[in-house]
Amino acid sequence: MNKSIERLYSGIIKENPTFVQMLGMCPTMAVTTTAIGGLGMGLTTTIVLILSNMMISALRKVIPDKVRIPAFIVIIASFVTIVQFLLEGFIPSLYDTLGIYIPLIVVNCIILGRAESYASKNNVWLSMFDGIGMGLGFTVGLTSIGIFRELFGNGTIFNIRIMPAQYEPVTILILAPGAFFVLACLIAVQNKVKLRNSKGTADIDACSKDGGCLNCANTLCSGKNQELKNTAEGEEA
Amino acid sequence: MNYTMKISSSPHIRDKETTTNIMGTVIVALMPATIYGVYNFGLHAAFVICLTIACCVIFEAAYEKMLGLKNTVKDLSAVLTGLLLALNLPPEVPFWIPVIGSFFAIIVVKQLFGGLGQNFMNPALGARCFLLISFTGRMTTFTYDAVTTATPLANLKAGESVDVFAMFFGATAGTIGETSALALMIGGLFLIVRRVINFRIPAFYIGSFTVFIMIYAIVSGRGVDCSYLLAHLCGGGLMLGAFFMATDYVTSPITPNGKIIFGIFLGLLTFLFRIYGGSAEGVSYAIIIGNLIVPLIERITVPKAFGKGAVKHE
Repeated sequence: MNKSIERLYSGIIKENPTFVQMLGMCPTMAVTTTAIGGLGMGLTTTIVLILSNMMISALRKVIPDKVRIPAFIVIIASFVTIVQFLLEGFIPSLYDTLGIYIPLIVVNCIILGRAESYASKNNVWLSMFDGIGMGLGFTVGLTSIGIFRELFGNGTIFNIRIMPAQYEPVTILILAPGAFFVLACLIAVQNKVKLRNSKGTADIDACSKDGGCLNCANTLCSGKNQELKNTAEGEEA
Repeated sequence: MNYTMKISSSPHIRDKETTTNIMGTVIVALMPATIYGVYNFGLHAAFVICLTIACCVIFEAAYEKMLGLKNTVKDLSAVLTGLLLALNLPPEVPFWIPVIGSFFAIIVVKQLFGGLGQNFMNPALGARCFLLISFTGRMTTFTYDAVTTATPLANLKAGESVDVFAMFFGATAGTIGETSALALMIGGLFLIVRRVINFRIPAFYIGSFTVFIMIYAIVSGRGVDCSYLLAHLCGGGLMLGAFFMATDYVTSPITPNGKIIFGIFLGLLTFLFRIYGGSAEGVSYAIIIGNLIVPLIERITVPKAFGKGAVKHE
């Protein structure tokens, strides 16, 4: 598979930041009360992620290893500030919806995580695709949570009324506990689908090829995939 | 050697009591309150009670069937959950509220955490709070004699006078099972006499709540006002909560000292919610928050094992 396409696939499906890696939970819980909030947050993060991934990747040979984290944070914070001003100037409604969660993108662990585990080790081109893939994966996650919460908690999707007028909204879904309910249900559903696709065994391909378990982000695996892979390779040999 | 020996690990001495027996006893103890609720609120209350119990049992059976687990409907725990949930609902709720409530109680609070014995909070109360937050309007509209009225506690909070006698016998507005303090106390005493529940949780819950209310009454300039205190004791879900909800085996501490701490903690929370909270009632929130700290209470109150903890002689 083409490596840049593979990064997209990995970001959106295989290592989806929301549903598989479970990173960036704070904005996931906070801004998904409406589908538009989730989509806006996802796309904003995507832009920051692409730009910071490219910049960090371009500077990866310049940044000394010992001070890499502060350097990453400075780069990420600069882009977040730029995006924040752009949002305030051009899409003030979204700026008001997201509020404090825009500056908080600086400490979103997806962005720092991708910088540390991917962009600082790969070239600019691949890092850009990694950013696009991870960002879109985050967007898909947040938007789908937002859709379900808005549909059941308010009867609408993207402010368009879906449920009949007699429907009584389940208010708890647009409060904080609702985010946990919806996230848990969506993860359960996608795990079920994944298990069925791989016929009951863990997905060997999900194992990160390089770096082994130490640098792997797949929290659901906890070493099982590596064992399976070793067994499979042993059988082949 | 012509007899067989049974070899097994401990425990070797077993009580005759079974889960079914205990659940059955609690259900019998709830009967005075249930029958009074139906008498007080009419046939729709009976319909709500039957529907909630039926839904709980069906959800439990269906979930266990789906996952290929052992069917535990016969231990009556689902019936009890249904009955407790129904007693916590206003009498005039539309039919879908008990259905959603039962689903939340049985599937989300109980079965997803591993079934009976594994649930971290009381299923009936968890469902009640879920419904209360989701459908606040429906869950706080109380009808009495076909007239929508405020509950005595809401009146009390608004500073109006209340009829303590009516609250003690139960001829007031409220949820189906909470209005009659007398009927609930009969059931609660029956449970204590039958040794199904220990007196510690209800006694320290109601006792500490009384003390806090008295202090508040004196500090706020009411003086020693018995009718105010009695109205707080008989009103709302305090009796139902103290005798039947807080004493749930799964979600209350098992250590004797833990029960005392748990009771006092619930009394404090209920007092805070009722006096300083936004709504007039706070028993259900107090108990489910109390449920969450039960593991901590148990950890600090583990009794010393026999032979341990003695002072060493040098």
